[in-house]
Amino acid sequence: MAFDFLYPQYEIIRNPSRCTACRLCEKQCANGVHHMDTHSGTMLADESKCVACHRCVALCPARALKIVKTDHTFKENANWTGKTITEIYRQAGSGGMLLSSMGNPEPYPIYWDKLLINASQVTNPSIDPLREPMETFTLLGAKPETMMRDSLGNLVDNMPPQLRLKLPVMFSAMSYGSISYNAHAALAAAATELGTFYNTGEGGLHPDFYPYGSHTIVQVASGRFGVHPDYLNAGAAIEIKMGQGAKPGIGGHLPGVKVGPEISRTRMIPEGTDAISPAPHHDIYSIEDLRQLVYSVKEATHYQKPVIVKIAAVHNVAAIASGIARSGADIIAIDGFRGGTGAAPTRIRDHVGIPIELALASVDQRLREEGIRNRVSLVVSGSIRSSSDLVKAIALGADAVYIGTAALLALGCHLCRSCQKGLCNWGIATQRPDLVKRLNPETGAKRLINLLTSWDHELKEMMGGMGINSIEALRGNRAMLRGIGLTQKELDILGVKHAGE
Amino acid sequence: MRGIHDEGSERIPSGCAISSIFSKSGKPINGERIIHSMAPMHDRSNGLGGGFAGYGIYPQHKDDYAFHVFYDHSKAQNACESFLKERFCFAASEQIPTRKLSAITQEPISMRYFLRPLYRRMEDLQLDESEYVARCVLHINAQIDGAYVFSSGKNMGVFKAVGFPEDVGRYYRLEEYEGYCWTAHGRYPTNTPGWWGGAHPFALLDTTVVHNGEISSYDANRRTIEMFGYACTLKTDTEAITYIIDYLTRKCGLTLSETAGVIAAPFWSTITAMPEPARSQAAYLRHAFSSLLITGPFSIIVGFTGGLMALNDRLKLRSMVVGEKGDMVYIASEECAIRVIEPEPDRIWSPAGGQPVIITLDKSCQGGDHHGL
Amino acid sequence: MRINAFGMYYRKLNETIRACSDHNIVIDHLCGQRYIACAEKDRLFTLRGTPGNGLAQYMDGATVEVFGNCQEAVGDTMNSGEIIIHGHCGDACAYGMRGGRILIEGNVGYRAGVHMKAHLDHQPVLIVGGTAGSFLGEYLAGGLIAVLGIGAKGAYPCRYFCGTGMHGGKIILRCDKKPEALPPQVLVSLASADDLSELAPHVEAYCHHFGHDVQTLMAQTYYVLTPNPEASYKRLYTFE
Repeated sequence: MAFDFLYPQYEIIRNPSRCTACRLCEKQCANGVHHMDTHSGTMLADESKCVACHRCVALCPARALKIVKTDHTFKENANWTGKTITEIYRQAGSGGMLLSSMGNPEPYPIYWDKLLINASQVTNPSIDPLREPMETFTLLGAKPETMMRDSLGNLVDNMPPQLRLKLPVMFSAMSYGSISYNAHAALAAAATELGTFYNTGEGGLHPDFYPYGSHTIVQVASGRFGVHPDYLNAGAAIEIKMGQGAKPGIGGHLPGVKVGPEISRTRMIPEGTDAISPAPHHDIYSIEDLRQLVYSVKEATHYQKPVIVKIAAVHNVAAIASGIARSGADIIAIDGFRGGTGAAPTRIRDHVGIPIELALASVDQRLREEGIRNRVSLVVSGSIRSSSDLVKAIALGADAVYIGTAALLALGCHLCRSCQKGLCNWGIATQRPDLVKRLNPETGAKRLINLLTSWDHELKEMMGGMGINSIEALRGNRAMLRGIGLTQKELDILGVKHAGE
Repeated sequence: MRGIHDEGSERIPSGCAISSIFSKSGKPINGERIIHSMAPMHDRSNGLGGGFAGYGIYPQHKDDYAFHVFYDHSKAQNACESFLKERFCFAASEQIPTRKLSAITQEPISMRYFLRPLYRRMEDLQLDESEYVARCVLHINAQIDGAYVFSSGKNMGVFKAVGFPEDVGRYYRLEEYEGYCWTAHGRYPTNTPGWWGGAHPFALLDTTVVHNGEISSYDANRRTIEMFGYACTLKTDTEAITYIIDYLTRKCGLTLSETAGVIAAPFWSTITAMPEPARSQAAYLRHAFSSLLITGPFSIIVGFTGGLMALNDRLKLRSMVVGEKGDMVYIASEECAIRVIEPEPDRIWSPAGGQPVIITLDKSCQGGDHHGL
Repeated sequence: MRINAFGMYYRKLNETIRACSDHNIVIDHLCGQRYIACAEKDRLFTLRGTPGNGLAQYMDGATVEVFGNCQEAVGDTMNSGEIIIHGHCGDACAYGMRGGRILIEGNVGYRAGVHMKAHLDHQPVLIVGGTAGSFLGEYLAGGLIAVLGIGAKGAYPCRYFCGTGMHGGKIILRCDKKPEALPPQVLVSLASADDLSELAPHVEAYCHHFGHDVQTLMAQTYYVLTPNPEASYKRLYTFE
């Protein structure tokens, strides 16, 4: 129907003087944008299928392609924007909920960009991390509440189980299914090499990756896919996923077409069947039920592994975190509303939840007021984009961060936000063997290692600048931060002074 | 110690364990029994609140309103007592007897008064007795800083504190009380070091509520009930539930099962499938009181003079078990809480979601003087 | 090993069990102790009293026989093995169960068999002798749930919303009349000969443990609930 036609958002500009009609772009595009006109021998493009992933641009040997935002427009209207109008057309045509992926793209405040970091001048020496010791080694887990001594007067090691990180960054939960086998292989190898952890998400653990268990966090989510005693014992820690920043309060759905033989084996469901994760855990309807699930995994793993409880940052996150801290969890992971996803209803991705900066500040403050901050470690995510975001998160009170989107970018993701289609041209968010093959796990691992190694250097430089040579001296050290252009209310919540104060 | 308004300044989600014992023949039950019942459910509480309500425990003062009041400081006590003296005749006034326990700390001043309304003042205000007393309670709780009336019915009393329920029961020397009905609660708040008034049961007049769960409709319910003169000073779900039940039963004159049909109304699909006249009745209640529908997980036990009502939310998101043995009825979050005090019940069953279980004293002992009623 | 669990906290009880290498574990006087037989692989547990929540959670091969009623989250995320309950069972039984069998002599509470799923030789089976609460088999992805309705006098043996979101597996209900008002994800039909032969060995096991007559039970009317392929979730979404 005429009103279902929507002019493409992006146009492909092909420079005819450079194009050799080698047809590589046609082979590379899983969305079927490019094709050759057999009469004229020239390359054409169906831009309505283009997701702006840049695969063709990046691989074109003649540099003949670029992608530009269209200047085609509706009559200008600040209220009924072109985006809003086209969404209504799509829903009127299909009757479906809008579905999208990756993080919230809307122009909400990004508080990381309104915080500035301190440095020493005169009164306190800065430190050169290339020559002097600089520690970013991090332990995650509950700390003992009472000191015990043996008969000889020595302190008894009553330390609860801990996760040991060489640097305070981990790869966040992305299931095998939402991303490819090769992406998981790269994450597992990189985490092992870096001395940190990757996270299975709720897709189970492929048998090939059990050898990486000591650098794996295994997740237990509402679908319980692939969860059994050996799985729980395979990882270094167990994460109970209560929520996710991109879609708080919402379950998940891996369509049957993505459940091929290997995913079937890993999730332990038949090939071709939908993998549906309910919105809640149906054995958790109240805080005391969370305690019940936390202790069930502790019983199953004989109290040898720390338990992480992951929640989305929502309005009363501080009260929720306080309850979790009293429920046996060793680590609380909080995911902000800019966090990524393989697929979420657009309205939820863009409108539900709160920014991680505010959530972190209020949770850390609340746990301190209640005297229980030592009972748990805090890990934050959604979205940490750089080492300066990392420094600010730790100064606000985090013990460590999770990165998801940044890790995928390192693997080649171009943030086209079309993961839900399963046609990722970069071999990440797809299960099509020919596309998965495009991501080389060794290259991917190397790029992840490069990324975090460079962040670690930057982190150390910034710590050194502050005269801090150990990461725990930065944690919760909010005097190292100043706000810029923030209201008093925002400063109060973040617990920082304004620049110049 | 945190003041009333610290805890009341924001809403605190909390989960919990509940239990109750009821003798239909009005036989006195020692308070020790209900403490035993709570012990196996230890893991459902986190030590930040426990409490009990006993009915028929003050036979020597059965016609007086028994007020239990917490005070943060003596200034609050003076203010509250002079307020009460203008409105009530004091039949007795004493500290609530307690036992020193290392597990129970930061005690407020806790007082007990047996009160008779000053009838002239009541008549001047053209209020019936229960409304007169209720307004006094709501006034103290909202207006007198540092004072909190946590029990205000006749021949019944609420005992609560910050601690695990087993400790709270021993602290209040419940073994020295006997009543035909007991309810109990262990709290698992997700916030605050705990405030004594924030523990359950919540009470207004002789209605007490113990509650497990967190309701998602809270602010819709609160803003509605506040239209009718209730002030939700504590911002907890249970306080709102207590006022809703008081409003529906005492002010609107609904029966308990009709009240259940409002707060845990059936889904429209279920109502549509009902036979008449149940269908029209259920639809009427859902329409008339639509803003008092409570959603989200809850199981509650409501105590009142001569009876009990247990109710689950309509999806039955919390567990609840009922046991019967002779004239005794037991209701608890877990079966083990019943078995520990009655190993061989005649019958044990789980009520369905939204279906109230209402238990009352046998006719023979209602209205008479039997066992202090 | 025989343990008297009277007044024992679950941590101590489960540590005692883990520290013992005996194949047969008998526990008396249970009253609310949690996580008995959690993640156990191949032992035999005989339990008397009221075991607490999370009985046989993640269990992977053990056999648990309970003489008494059970509470919540029995067989939660169970992988294989067998649970035999001489009594009733509480809410959220068999949540996410992937394999093994649970036999309940009496009734089961709300949300039994939610998100049960099957994989290759993992085929979970939940048999309820009496009746079931609402949301039986919600999100069912695989396996078999049967409710025998003993004592229900031929009436529909479940409450509301049976099989909501079901997308795999099978629910068999014993009742005289075809169940009505089921969610759109569910198709209802009279049990076929194949359905009944699939059910028969489990009914035999039920009768073996709880003493009913197999022939009489199997001769009754059974209806089968299966997923409706027309009601898939794919139609819910639209994307660029």
